[in-house]
Amino acid sequence: MKKIAVIGGGVAGLEVSKQLLEANIPVTLIEQSSKIGGNIKNYAYLFPDFYNAEELLNSYHYLITDPNLQLLLNTEVAKIDFSKKTYNILTKDGISVPADAIVIATGYNTFDARLKEEFGYGIYENVITSVQLEQMFKNKEIKTPSGKIPERIGFIHCVGSRDAKVGNTYCSRLCCVTAIKQAIETKKFLPSAEIFCFYIDLRMYGLLFEDLYLSAQRDYNIQFVRGRLSEASEMLDKRILIKVEDTLIGKPLQMSADMIVLMVGMEASDFSKQFKYHNGLEVNEHGFFNPINPHNLRNLTSKDGIFLAGTAIGPMSVGETLDHARGTALSVLSFINAN
Amino acid sequence: MGDLDFIKVKHLHIDYDILDLDLLNKVLQEETSFQWCISCGCCTASCSAGNHTTFNVRRISLLLRRGEIESLEKELEKCMLCGKCTLVCPRDIQLRNVVMSIKKNILKYKMSSL
Ligand SMILES: Cc1cc2nc3c(=O)[nH]c(=O)nc-3n(C[C@H](O)[C@H](O)[C@H](O)COP(=O)(O)OP(=O)(O)OC[C@H]3O[C@@H](n4cnc5c(N)ncnc54)[C@H](O)[C@@H]3O)c2cc1C
Ligand code: SF4
Ligand code: SF4
Ligand code: SF4
Repeated sequence: MKKIAVIGGGVAGLEVSKQLLEANIPVTLIEQSSKIGGNIKNYAYLFPDFYNAEELLNSYHYLITDPNLQLLLNTEVAKIDFSKKTYNILTKDGISVPADAIVIATGYNTFDARLKEEFGYGIYENVITSVQLEQMFKNKEIKTPSGKIPERIGFIHCVGSRDAKVGNTYCSRLCCVTAIKQAIETKKFLPSAEIFCFYIDLRMYGLLFEDLYLSAQRDYNIQFVRGRLSEASEMLDKRILIKVEDTLIGKPLQMSADMIVLMVGMEASDFSKQFKYHNGLEVNEHGFFNPINPHNLRNLTSKDGIFLAGTAIGPMSVGETLDHARGTALSVLSFINAN
Repeated sequence: MGDLDFIKVKHLHIDYDILDLDLLNKVLQEETSFQWCISCGCCTASCSAGNHTTFNVRRISLLLRRGEIESLEKELEKCMLCGKCTLVCPRDIQLRNVVMSIKKNILKYKMSSL
């Protein structure tokens, strides 16, 4: 029997494992953290329909008791030894896991907003990230650190994306619709709050995303200002002063807000970034794994038996991640049948 | 429709077919990065001159693209060449070089037509 290992227990890794287990293929699933679920275990509701992220993850929990699944939690993969026909996965703690086929589903990291010093994250207490706001939704409480209910909130698009100054020139695709989702969600918590989105372009690429944008305007009175944040500063009362240009009017605009939310972009995982500097697998200029091509070979690498699933190849929504992961499972099955 | 031609007063609309793009092309040659501006407005928001006068550096470079060059020379006198625009630009555009290149080429043009 071929040995199959999946690296990463986010939705991509879980979906591949589920599909393989359903085909009676034993799987070793390796996850560096103490829980399965990946990034969405930190999020509350998912666009475009406000589906509960926890409910989605619960649908995978039955896998844990599947006797064909060997789940290694708290196990970080350091590297893969490609030198023999049976590959060897080497963990940080010195364990080695032999495998004939490996699915890499190591996902993404969110951008470290401290690197955009002029936005004041980590310096001013009322500058938070979109990930922190998800946590507030989960805790069912939106408050500033000093306990104030924010009356005006600014959502700042493109933080750590489309920005040559931090080395990420790509668009993270999902943060525009995430901002709309979060603006609506915030308004549901705080109906009297004023909410503004500061954007360069609004990328509503999904079928239902534009509807969400329309609903944000029509049903929630969310305001949109076309201008990218240039600088944020703290005022005496700790509120945040936003400096942008309202590019549609053509004048600099200043606005004070009780809180600003930085829509942090999606970056390649540390695991994939390492391949920028040493050989083994191909990554693109942005550090994400490169499939053989982005069309019909989107799940394969140039190494036989090494597969890719989910956001390890670039920013994707949960639905897109799951579709991609199912395609990967199919590729693994044909690999097993061919050998 | 000839009777209605007076509606086409110059400046009320941009007639791309009769634009004078000479200056633009010279500037683009000298500062290629100007090609990839996305009009995000960061430069204007942080511009030292723009926060104290009606100067809008993003708009000026847009006017150049649309051939609206008459007022450029006077407007550009307001720029202090401090370089803040370049510092905040997410596309890494050397906007200060663009400003200098426009100034220089306007001057050259004037000298040659003396
Ligand atoms: C703020 C924000 C909000 C979002 N909201 C939505 C939304 O509302 N709707 C939606 O559709 N999408 C949303 N997304 C996108 C969504 O998060 C992704 O589509 C999804 O999480 C991708 O899953 P994944 O399994 O590919 O990656 P991940 O969730 O990143 O999972 C990767 C897993 O691999 C593990 N791993 C990484 N490296 C190693 C290693 N070396 N060894 C072992 N394990 C490792 C990680 O610990 C992690 O568990 C949002 C994204 C952001 C940033
Ligand atoms: S999706 Fe929107 S916020 Fe995110 S990087 Fe792209 S344009 Fe910016
Ligand atoms: S900051 Fe750069 S990209 Fe943005 S408008 Fe100015 S020159 Fe263009
Ligand atoms: S160099 Fe000129 S255009 Fe740029 S910020 Fe300074 S004053 Fe403004």
